[in-house]
Amino acid sequence: MSHANVFRATFQRELKLLARQKADWVNPLLFFIIILTLFPLGVGAKPNLLREIAPGVIWIAALLSVLLGAERQFRQDYRDGVLEQLVAARSPLVGYSLAKIAAGWLGSGLPLILVSPLLALFLGLSTEALTAVVLTLLLGTPLLSLLSALGAALTLSADKGGILLTLIILPLYIPLLIFASAAVEQASFGLNYQAQLAVLAAMLCVALALVPLAVQKALKLNVG
Amino acid sequence: MLLSARQLSCIRQDRVLFEQLDLQLHAGEVLQIAGKNGAGKSSLLRILAGLVDPEDGEICYQQQPLSHSADDYADNLCFIGHLAGVQPQLTALENLAFWRACFALAPADDWALLAQLGLAGLEDIPCQQLSAGQQRRVSLARLWLTTAQIWILDEPFTALDQGAIAALTRRIAAHCEAGGAVLLTSHQPVEVPGHVVRQLTLEYRW
Amino acid sequence: MFKWLDPYAKPQVLFATLLWWQRWLMPLSIIVLLLGTVWGLGFTPADYQQGDSYRIIHVHVPAAIWSMGVYAWMAIAAFIALVWQVKTAQWAIGAIAPIGAVYTLIALFTGAAWGKPMWGTWWVWDARLTSELILLFLFLGVMALQNAFADRQTGDKAAAVLAVVGVVNLPIIHYSVEWWNTLHQGATITKFAKPSMDPSMLWPLLICILGFALLFGALTCLRLRTAILQHEAHRPWVRQYVQEQQHATV
Repeated sequence: MSHANVFRATFQRELKLLARQKADWVNPLLFFIIILTLFPLGVGAKPNLLREIAPGVIWIAALLSVLLGAERQFRQDYRDGVLEQLVAARSPLVGYSLAKIAAGWLGSGLPLILVSPLLALFLGLSTEALTAVVLTLLLGTPLLSLLSALGAALTLSADKGGILLTLIILPLYIPLLIFASAAVEQASFGLNYQAQLAVLAAMLCVALALVPLAVQKALKLNVG
Repeated sequence: MLLSARQLSCIRQDRVLFEQLDLQLHAGEVLQIAGKNGAGKSSLLRILAGLVDPEDGEICYQQQPLSHSADDYADNLCFIGHLAGVQPQLTALENLAFWRACFALAPADDWALLAQLGLAGLEDIPCQQLSAGQQRRVSLARLWLTTAQIWILDEPFTALDQGAIAALTRRIAAHCEAGGAVLLTSHQPVEVPGHVVRQLTLEYRW
Repeated sequence: MFKWLDPYAKPQVLFATLLWWQRWLMPLSIIVLLLGTVWGLGFTPADYQQGDSYRIIHVHVPAAIWSMGVYAWMAIAAFIALVWQVKTAQWAIGAIAPIGAVYTLIALFTGAAWGKPMWGTWWVWDARLTSELILLFLFLGVMALQNAFADRQTGDKAAAVLAVVGVVNLPIIHYSVEWWNTLHQGATITKFAKPSMDPSMLWPLLICILGFALLFGALTCLRLRTAILQHEAHRPWVRQYVQEQQHATV
């Protein structure tokens, strides 16, 4: 029973589930697009204003749509007893949680990147800004998936998991929000934003190293 | 002696379920934990399976305290709780394949195994469309896959029909003959052909 | 190296030790706080720029300093709880978190009240104020998580994980907010230059900082003792203790 075995088995299983339950990845995507249409309706469709708030709006919408599906990430395996089996067998839960997070990103992060050209139309972004949006989403959405997996694991057996998850995870998102929207803003002024990308990459590396361990701990204590 | 517990106690929501409980499980033996609803049977099994830490006391696997032998013990343990451990959107075959891949078990004929459990023709239907008893059988199919010596089963006979109960008791008997040991809870009397079923009764306490 | 600490992990031993500490710390913290505030509010000279309104510093600065300090202590307790599985350390998290949240609230509130006469507005998105606000969210998150489970033990352990995750994140949050602030705001009113304080002003401030620390210690002793009693309610020694208390009061 190695990390690689458990990772492979879980990842294959999650891909099958993604293919079977399309609502799991279609709904967050629709949610993302709808939120983006709400902003022009709410603050007024002045092109300059939209361009100015675009970086923040995109990133807040991305954050909310990833959070939307986060609660369900481990819930089903917990209710069905699959997690209980893995914990009783002392399986390497790091492999399991990495597979879950990777599949979760394929379901909730990747679609956002694919539809991001649409944002350029909606919010009047320049090509440079759009490139920055795509690059920050590439680095940032895996980080979102990691953090929301941590929130989901911590609140797994809690009575009111969903809202609690948002409460405890949102403060942790703040650095990501700051650097990602700053990068897009810099890009829209035609400035260099490599520094922000480097910081995002560094945060992703730290999270990738530490979050699976915390998720493993959180899953164990919720099952016990 | 495969498994032993000394002076176990368990407290749930400020209620003492049991205190200073001693228990031994030898190879080739079936031990049934009996007791009323809420007497702490499931809690005891979860503690013995290493899922929960006891409030007090010590569990030993082959005379070694669990703090030293947890990994060996887990490799040699098959725990089936009252949750099925079956992913409802996947088929029975896919569920078995997942367990096989996770635990790196040798491939074998899953179709024949499922047919033996009376699930012929239902192999590739998502498990959520099966009845409770059929889902239970998918879950118990793991007992035919596992190489573990110690089985801990929480209410394995629930929702099963006569045929399935007979198949399960035969499997338990074969397991004991091969030197395994079974610890189970059940509200019905358990009879395993050729083996004495030892009973341990938990008193309900307020 | 830390073997001598082992007996203190036992709830009963810790309970007695805390009682001893609490008896000293509680009156001491009240005396020190009274001394510091009366001196600071009544007897120090007024600031040449800010007049009398600067006196709120005697509450604001200690609360702000110790809001971070309390988080650090909570994270240390959480670390001990996770690594060595010490139950009393788990309970300490729940005892400490609300104290930290209140300190943070005091710092935010006095900061706003100070900001109104100085900056002309209750709230500015100053880096330190924003960090403090996020710190409050972290405290509230730990408290919410701890109370969200039917099984109290799960809540204690989950809160421990979150507290440790938070302490890893705290510097990242702090620096990103500071960086964001310089980017968005430029050098505005936010950072009031710190001229070296006159000793007559500095001493009462230092005494207040000490007072807040002592109060934190005293409140932690009190709250942790309560937590021990709640968690150990079924133990004979707790029943005996409660009976003794009843006899003493009758």
